[in-house]
Amino acid sequence: MSTITTPIVPTSAGWSLPYKGKVGMACLIIGESAIFTIFVVAYLFYLGKSITGPTPREVLETPIFFTICLLSSSVTIHFAARSLEHGKRGTFLGLWLLTIVLGGLFLFGTGLEWHRLIYEHGLTISTNLFGTTYYSLVGLHGSHVIVGLIMLTIVLLFALAGRVGREQSARVDVLSMYWHFVDAVWVVVFTVVYILGR
Amino acid sequence: MSSDALAIETAGAAGKPWVETLHEWVTTVDHKRLGILYIVFALCFLVVGGIEATLMRIQLIRPHNDFVSPQVFNRLFTMHGTTMIFFVAMPVLFGFANYLIPLMVGARDMAFPRLNAFGFWLTAFGGLLLNFSFVSGSGLYGAGTAPDVGWWAYAPLTAHAFSPGHSSDYWTISLLVSGFGSIATAINIIATVLCLRCPGMKLSRMPLLAWMNMVMAAMVLIAITPLSAAQIMLLVDRYLGGHFFDTQAGGSAAIWMHFFWIFGHPEVYILIIPCFAFISEIVPVFSRKPIFGYPVMVAATVCIGFVSMSVWAHHMFTIGMKSYANGFFTFTTMVVGIPTGIKIFNWLGTMWGGKIIFKTPMLFCIGFLFQFLIAGLTGIMLGAAPFDWQLGGSYFVVAHFHYVIVGGILFALFGAFYYWYPKITGRMMSESLGKLHFWLFVIGFHLTFDTMHIPGILGMPRRIYTYEPGRGWDALNLIVTLGTFVQGIAILIFVANLILSYFHGPLAGNDPWDAWTLEWSVSSPPPAYNFAVIPTVESRRPLWDLKHPEDPDSRYE
Amino acid sequence: MHGESAKHPRWWAKSLSRLAGALILLGGIFLATSLSLAAAQGTNPVPSIFEPHSTPADEVYGLSLFVLVITGAIFVVVFGLLFFVVVKFPKRASDDEREPPQVYGSTQIELAWTVIPVLIVVILFLASARVIHGVQDIPKPSTAVDVTAIGHQFWWEYRYPGLGVVTANELHIPVSEAARPTPTFLKLLSADTDHSFWVPQLAGKTDLIPNRVNEMWLDPHRTGIFLGQCAQYCGTQHAKMLLLVSVDSRENFEAWVRAQKQPANQDEKENAGRRVFETTACMNCHAIGGTAANGRFGPDLTHLMSRRTIASGAAENTTENLRLWIQKPDALKPGSLMPAMQLTDNDLDALVRYLETLK
Repeated sequence: MSTITTPIVPTSAGWSLPYKGKVGMACLIIGESAIFTIFVVAYLFYLGKSITGPTPREVLETPIFFTICLLSSSVTIHFAARSLEHGKRGTFLGLWLLTIVLGGLFLFGTGLEWHRLIYEHGLTISTNLFGTTYYSLVGLHGSHVIVGLIMLTIVLLFALAGRVGREQSARVDVLSMYWHFVDAVWVVVFTVVYILGR
Repeated sequence: MSSDALAIETAGAAGKPWVETLHEWVTTVDHKRLGILYIVFALCFLVVGGIEATLMRIQLIRPHNDFVSPQVFNRLFTMHGTTMIFFVAMPVLFGFANYLIPLMVGARDMAFPRLNAFGFWLTAFGGLLLNFSFVSGSGLYGAGTAPDVGWWAYAPLTAHAFSPGHSSDYWTISLLVSGFGSIATAINIIATVLCLRCPGMKLSRMPLLAWMNMVMAAMVLIAITPLSAAQIMLLVDRYLGGHFFDTQAGGSAAIWMHFFWIFGHPEVYILIIPCFAFISEIVPVFSRKPIFGYPVMVAATVCIGFVSMSVWAHHMFTIGMKSYANGFFTFTTMVVGIPTGIKIFNWLGTMWGGKIIFKTPMLFCIGFLFQFLIAGLTGIMLGAAPFDWQLGGSYFVVAHFHYVIVGGILFALFGAFYYWYPKITGRMMSESLGKLHFWLFVIGFHLTFDTMHIPGILGMPRRIYTYEPGRGWDALNLIVTLGTFVQGIAILIFVANLILSYFHGPLAGNDPWDAWTLEWSVSSPPPAYNFAVIPTVESRRPLWDLKHPEDPDSRYE
Repeated sequence: MHGESAKHPRWWAKSLSRLAGALILLGGIFLATSLSLAAAQGTNPVPSIFEPHSTPADEVYGLSLFVLVITGAIFVVVFGLLFFVVVKFPKRASDDEREPPQVYGSTQIELAWTVIPVLIVVILFLASARVIHGVQDIPKPSTAVDVTAIGHQFWWEYRYPGLGVVTANELHIPVSEAARPTPTFLKLLSADTDHSFWVPQLAGKTDLIPNRVNEMWLDPHRTGIFLGQCAQYCGTQHAKMLLLVSVDSRENFEAWVRAQKQPANQDEKENAGRRVFETTACMNCHAIGGTAANGRFGPDLTHLMSRRTIASGAAENTTENLRLWIQKPDALKPGSLMPAMQLTDNDLDALVRYLETLK
């Protein structure tokens, strides 16, 4: 029977490993990317295969303004995270709020578009293959925006209560990674749906 | 109050009230306790899945048998497959990973303890939800709506037209939920391995178990998620009127197959790679030599991770893909056999020139080597598309994958149980019961699964509740069924060993096997905090260095 | 406890059991082969993949032997190594407590045992590619017989577009002589879920998938009855969606085609039965050529009595079985989509007598 114990050695200087929050979020992003990839593949596969109903070309209008809103929110969240790193709470709060507003605008735009598609063109998720794949893909992305906005709002509330400072900067960075991911997905969805798909 | 992760608590005046113990376990975020919860959960479902298998084998013991109806049989094979893959194999492997990784990398816990608990309870809920389907409500053919669409749930069998009621929804939702649990665990494993290693433990000094579980976790991230996506699509079809897999609306049944197998093939590597890890930890200790070719073992595992993402359509050779597609997937399937096969040589190289100790963990490893070799070879046969045109969808395939899962994965798991049980509980398992378990199981396993190849060769397809007499399948099916009972007895002996040893096994001490990785440096069972002081390591075998200061590994790496 | 200091008795037992396992497997393969070879001429009750009688099955068989030889050789080598290691290197009682030499690896050895598998893979791939191409990319000769097979839950519909024949469950095709090959090319469709056409002695299996057209071909060089069954789980009665292929001589096949093209017998004596058929739900699902019945959900019954079995092989085609099938299909094939017809005994008798005139 062995009675070996581990040695007590002064920890070597310079042993630093990545921050687990970033690694965890990166893993989540990789997994989510796989999910989105499958929905994109389905969308592309079914292009032109609908038996009936409106086609993308007939009904889609490129949402340029709202896309700019969403992509700008990536810029604002980036600078918000940077200013928090430097302890500039006020700037952080302002930019963070702006991010939420821009994200909210994007969602509003999606809602407008869906309203038009459903009521003016009769395109629903059950209309045809295009309807199914379109609403699923854009809806999946939209649900991720909603979740992101909820998390951003929670942080906003904490910030308003004065509890978000330089010490929380690493965690805020992790959250902004998620937000950048949501925007990157939109770039892909936008390209596939509104550019390639028409 | 005991700080041991697994102390023998007795209710009553001397101990805590059982409610408090139960509460501790339900709310635990300790990786060791969660590991045990995963393992116990998996063992319970192993019994459930085993009963499902036994019922099927009784039905198939002779042609035109009427032990169960076709409807019940179809539910049984669906539930057996789904339960064994998702609620036995994955949880038990996550359980061992959870228990061992922090101890092996010198950490106090996993990176995200609460996420760990969340992942476990999602999996547990999924398992309970799936099995609840046996009793809930009435389906088309009477009481109980367990799914009966096969564990792959091919479209359009899962459409409302062919699957009325909710049975397919139980399959979809319970796997969707437990899938998220698996993703949570995968995130945890990667973050732990990358961020919580103790000082000095460079990636090239990590135990192979840590490496292999990290590769497995990375595969979970990109393989389970396609299944989740497909299941969301299926729910859209069934409840929102979508047409993803609706062939009447121009949808494709084949695309479900692609999505499913993009998950399904890496999934089987997700299951086997942690078992490679067990073999890679146990064989060296019982051969008294380090693993032969550590860098290549790592490289081969990573290679498998990548290449296995490109072979999925070898499960679809019969669906009428073009010849160049069939050729491509034949090629990639054969290629993935190379890094897999090489590992066998590395393990043999480890044993070569060693001083092999034939205790129960090693016996199961040797069984693994033999059976995994054969399973790999029948896999090569199936990988040649034309050969698969005959053998696919037949009992030959069933024999092949049970050879991998039972002959490979389960044998490696048994080895892992016997090897790490002393660390987890502080007591040794009985060697004699262990050897009895091993020999009985070997006999039962070979009786069943060697024989099972033959009906496939003679034209017997899979997933049939009965078969025609006089096709040469009758006696073979009888033998296959008899072997099932022998295996069942062996498993009962194993369970008895687990329970009896817990109360009466000899105390193990820190390091009963004279092993070399960090988990053997702490007490058995380990304290809740794992290490009093986080260790610093200088080689792959820190305990070897301490036991052999005149000849430390650090000199050679 | 530093491992076993006592000798290990019966260390050879492991190796023996490994050997036993290997022998069981090899013995099994031999058993299979010999069973197949022992099968009788004519009706071949054992549908073994190792007894092919048609060109695509032959080609697969050739490849399978090649693969078996190679994998067999790999098995012998690796198992031999395992056996050797287990026998040669156990810790012996006479051993001292010193650890054996700690070898970490060897680049040359690892290179060798990587290169050899790579070569094996290339060879296996090339052999497979050749057969894939040979089976899938074959052009259809003008002498081929065309059949469209449509899979249903749980029966097979066969249409011969060039010959104007519609039948169900039992497929008749001509034997294909070397001098003048007349292969049969099947177009595979599905009316509902996935199915798979597998008659091992004639070809590898190909699936029938809804909204997809698949193709396969048969090129039998021997007459006889060849058995198979659906090989892709398609629902409750997947197990009894049996296949029977009758490979006929040229003359017999042509006679069969002529008979099948005739409209149904109109026997005045059985008008009562025919009326039952046409006034109850029967004609909604079934077709009988030359009458008003042209339902397509169920099998075409025009020449029902030319088949040996009913319900796609689930029962012999006898009077009692016909009666039972109509009155209580669950007795023969529980879960099939044939409804119990709830007829009175008189009506049932008349109906069955009528059906028995459909030769």
